[in-house]
Amino acid sequence: MNFLFLGYGVIWTILFFYLVYLARSQKQVNEKLKSLSERLQKLNGKSTFR
Amino acid sequence: MDWLLIPLYLLMVAALYGALLYAPTESEMGEVQRIFYFHMGAAWNAFLAFFGVFLGGFLYLFTRKQSWDRLAASCAEIGVVFTTIVLLSGSVWARPIWNTWLAWGDPRVMTTMVLWLIYVAYFLLRSSLPEGEMKYKYCAVFGIIGFLDVPIVWVSIRWWRTIHPVVITSSGAQLEPEMIHALIVSVIAMTVLGVTLVMLRMAMRLNNSMAEELVQELVERA
Repeated sequence: MNFLFLGYGVIWTILFFYLVYLARSQKQVNEKLKSLSERLQKLNGKSTFR
Repeated sequence: MDWLLIPLYLLMVAALYGALLYAPTESEMGEVQRIFYFHMGAAWNAFLAFFGVFLGGFLYLFTRKQSWDRLAASCAEIGVVFTTIVLLSGSVWARPIWNTWLAWGDPRVMTTMVLWLIYVAYFLLRSSLPEGEMKYKYCAVFGIIGFLDVPIVWVSIRWWRTIHPVVITSSGAQLEPEMIHALIVSVIAMTVLGVTLVMLRMAMRLNNSMAEELVQELVERA
């Protein structure tokens, strides 16, 4: 029974940490996009970003 | 993409119920055999993801569209995550059953470790090359060649002497009907999880490319 818990613990821990990594990366990219977009708008009045 | 999350949650709960409560306890291995349902689901997902790398690489070489490279890179990442799950959950199962954490001589274990290493090397290659067509081309070729190990992993327990259980034979799955039901639900749940993660990762890579475009635009206008 202990090995069963350990097995499922391993599976869910890997998935959990991968999801945390994805969420953090997504947040960083979104922040970068937002700040870049704002800088472009200040520079040109209007961004040509599609 | 949010619509994918509702069936994913429901499927995950159903898969856990099937693996831990619905499926009967295996007579020889006992409770630890229940690891098998997610172990095999993860293995299927890893194979599917590496097929995505193969397909993405192949289509990139023909079309030179960066979106295919994004698919290949995203699939490779998900494939490595699921292969890690396969290796570690298999190792936990092996300790009480084979009396060892890692059966070094077993062909299934070894070919799976080689598969994991191939796609870790794929990421080393990606990170070592500068952004551009050459990087996408080399990675596409590497991903296509790396995929050759997937059929070898599949047939390793049939070609060579192994202590790994052979569950699916030419005469079908050697399992009780309830175990087959639990396995099917688990494989479907893991597949939906894998597809969701690939889509999420592709969207993130697209956002990253957009950020790079914006940086370029800023540099040009500064």
